[in-house]
Amino acid sequence: MDPVRKRTKDLSKSVDSAHLAPFPDEVLEKVLSLVKSHKDRSSVSLVCKDWYNADRWSRSKIFIGNCYSVSPEIVARRFPNIRSVTLKGKPRFSDFNLVPQNWGADIHSWLVVFAQVYPFLEELRLKRMVVSDESLEFLANSFPGFKVLSLLSCDGFSTDGLKAIATHCKNLTELDIQENGIDDLGGGWLSCFPETFVSLEVLNFASLNSDVTFDALERLVSRCKALRVLKVNKHISLEQIQKLLLRAPQLMEVGTGSFQQELVPRQFAELETAFGSCKNLHTLSGLWEASSVYLPVIYPACANLTYLNLSYATLQSDELSKLLPNCSNLRRLWVLDTVEDKGLEAVGSSCPLLEELRVFPADPFDQDMVHGVTESGFVAVSSGCRKLHYVLYFCRQMTNAAVATIVKNCPDFTHFRLCIMNPGQADYLTNDPMDEAFGAVVKTCTKLQRLAVSGLLTDKTFEYIGKYAKNLETLSVAFAGSSDRGMQSVMEGCPKLRKLEIRDCPFGNEALLSGLDKYESMRSLWMSACNLTMNGCRQLAKNMPRLNVEVIKDEESDDSEADKVYVYRSVVGPRRDAPPFVLTL
Amino acid sequence: MESVITHEEGLNLKETELRLGLPGSDESSEKESISISSSRNKRAVPDSVEDRESVSDTKHATAPPAKAQVVGWPPIRSYRKNCFQPKKVETETGSYVKVSMDGAPYLRKVDLKVYKCYPELLEALENMFKLTIGEYSEREGYKGSEYAPTYEDKDGDWMLVGDVPWEMFMSTCKRLRIMKGSEARGLGHGA
Repeated sequence: MDPVRKRTKDLSKSVDSAHLAPFPDEVLEKVLSLVKSHKDRSSVSLVCKDWYNADRWSRSKIFIGNCYSVSPEIVARRFPNIRSVTLKGKPRFSDFNLVPQNWGADIHSWLVVFAQVYPFLEELRLKRMVVSDESLEFLANSFPGFKVLSLLSCDGFSTDGLKAIATHCKNLTELDIQENGIDDLGGGWLSCFPETFVSLEVLNFASLNSDVTFDALERLVSRCKALRVLKVNKHISLEQIQKLLLRAPQLMEVGTGSFQQELVPRQFAELETAFGSCKNLHTLSGLWEASSVYLPVIYPACANLTYLNLSYATLQSDELSKLLPNCSNLRRLWVLDTVEDKGLEAVGSSCPLLEELRVFPADPFDQDMVHGVTESGFVAVSSGCRKLHYVLYFCRQMTNAAVATIVKNCPDFTHFRLCIMNPGQADYLTNDPMDEAFGAVVKTCTKLQRLAVSGLLTDKTFEYIGKYAKNLETLSVAFAGSSDRGMQSVMEGCPKLRKLEIRDCPFGNEALLSGLDKYESMRSLWMSACNLTMNGCRQLAKNMPRLNVEVIKDEESDDSEADKVYVYRSVVGPRRDAPPFVLTL
Repeated sequence: MESVITHEEGLNLKETELRLGLPGSDESSEKESISISSSRNKRAVPDSVEDRESVSDTKHATAPPAKAQVVGWPPIRSYRKNCFQPKKVETETGSYVKVSMDGAPYLRKVDLKVYKCYPELLEALENMFKLTIGEYSEREGYKGSEYAPTYEDKDGDWMLVGDVPWEMFMSTCKRLRIMKGSEARGLGHGA
């Protein structure tokens, strides 16, 4: 059994606290260990010293939203019994190439400390971190009980690193490699799982580009009886996925490979049977190049689906309209805008239980596009799907009136991310700014936690946000606002704001400094291509010593300009691994 | 708004773009999409100018950026950007496909939409070229004549006509070829 470190009793302390806390420590620890959410755990630890200690000793999972806010040594000192670590690194705008290479967020120094302090570490979930093959090998060899590796939007490693994981992690239950910028040197890593290895429950290699040896995959799937999630990459053919499904009818989440293979009727029928035999299937993704000819093979599984990800299939509206009536149980749907408004009407009429919709652009850079989705598609969905609370919508036109209708239909939005793709575009019917649209959103959707704005926006939008968005935690702003007053309104309002990311807005030093009192209660602030200067940033740094004020220097810009600014709270001061182009003020 | 304009005027954004991708990853994604289009023309046909592939090729190679692309906008993650094929334009060009016959001096064209099933198509081909094609069986292909009808599919492969459902054939057939002689007999024998 894994030894859990026990703390030694401090008698003098317990005499003092006896009349305050009648529970023995063990009981308190046991009770608190039932508190799972990390936010609640943090609150628990602030109640009193006893509760702080009880939380400290009983905490097994830790979530660190910004890897530079704390050091691995401090974490190790405070929490002796960690089994599961979640770490996030680079600012979110790094996903869109706004953060240069070699910026930081390397996992290695964390792993070195963990290897010493948490030899029984089981889970590591990383987002936007740099992970090298060397680190993966170190990981594979340092933690004998290692079970879960999840890498989302990370970079710096190659499939060689995955070889080390497959070879050495004998107890692995989860390998989830998503959307990373990695060197794909071949699919041989999958063959490194030994024949004796049977514990896998989750395997996701959908975003890897090279071929794995199908034989090895089929054998792996056959012997891992507890496998519940399998997401393959697009090199796996329809015929192959059929074989895999037959081996693992217990699967709950499936990501298919390419859906474009010519099938004879017999194969078609076999695929239908295979999908039909997966009685527990609730999530389906992949479906690369799926078209109306082949889609019907999934119909037998559609009735039970709650999450369908069609964002890699360039479906037209009629294809979606034929598919969706089979999927009345859907809660989450991701599609491409090739389905157009007509396809979204089908969503509205076929999926009354829908809670989340994401519409991605198939051709984001094609300015001449006359297709895609418009405001009427969004309205149609809101009209039929009254439980909708999460939306990500890329479109080329929108109106204030449409958004007002949408939030009237669906007042429970928690996440409203609207991207009108042409920067600074007005309401196309009235030519007004889109201020009233977002005003309607924040006034009506009192539960709103995350908001992304777009289109032509004046300071009015931000006045509305500051005044009404009481539960807002994350705000993304681009090409918007008229003056410092805009950002100031947000900094003066929004009591729960934690993450603010701004690009290409006319906000300057005054706006930056208006948030002085707020930044310590936030995780981070990102501002790029705004009107900040080095002096403004220096002033912020001077007044707030517990913030790291980092400027990413752009070779092209003026010395006095602060083109990219990243501000975050930290208990460990300026980071020591900053590259030369990052100045901490 | 000012900052948007300064970004777009004159700055060669592509050149100075700070990227997270692998070196040369931008070129490779463009190369990839161009090579996908050209690999479809496995059998180089001189007069395929009207084909959709070359249309999309030209579009790719010479389309000037209508506006200069702003870095990181729209906010789509890079793994999504490289995923998509050129849009399907098949429905607009209609369903006429070329038919070639081994030994014939010139090609013909047929409109697949006119026929509702294989026998109708094959009968039309027989009339057009004055020949007999024979009986289709899954096992032996076309028995009873020295001709076998084949077609080129989306992937550029030459397939025996009749194996897949008619609708599937209609959507994937790009051109027809009536094979003759020993080559045709080879096709019937489980190749």
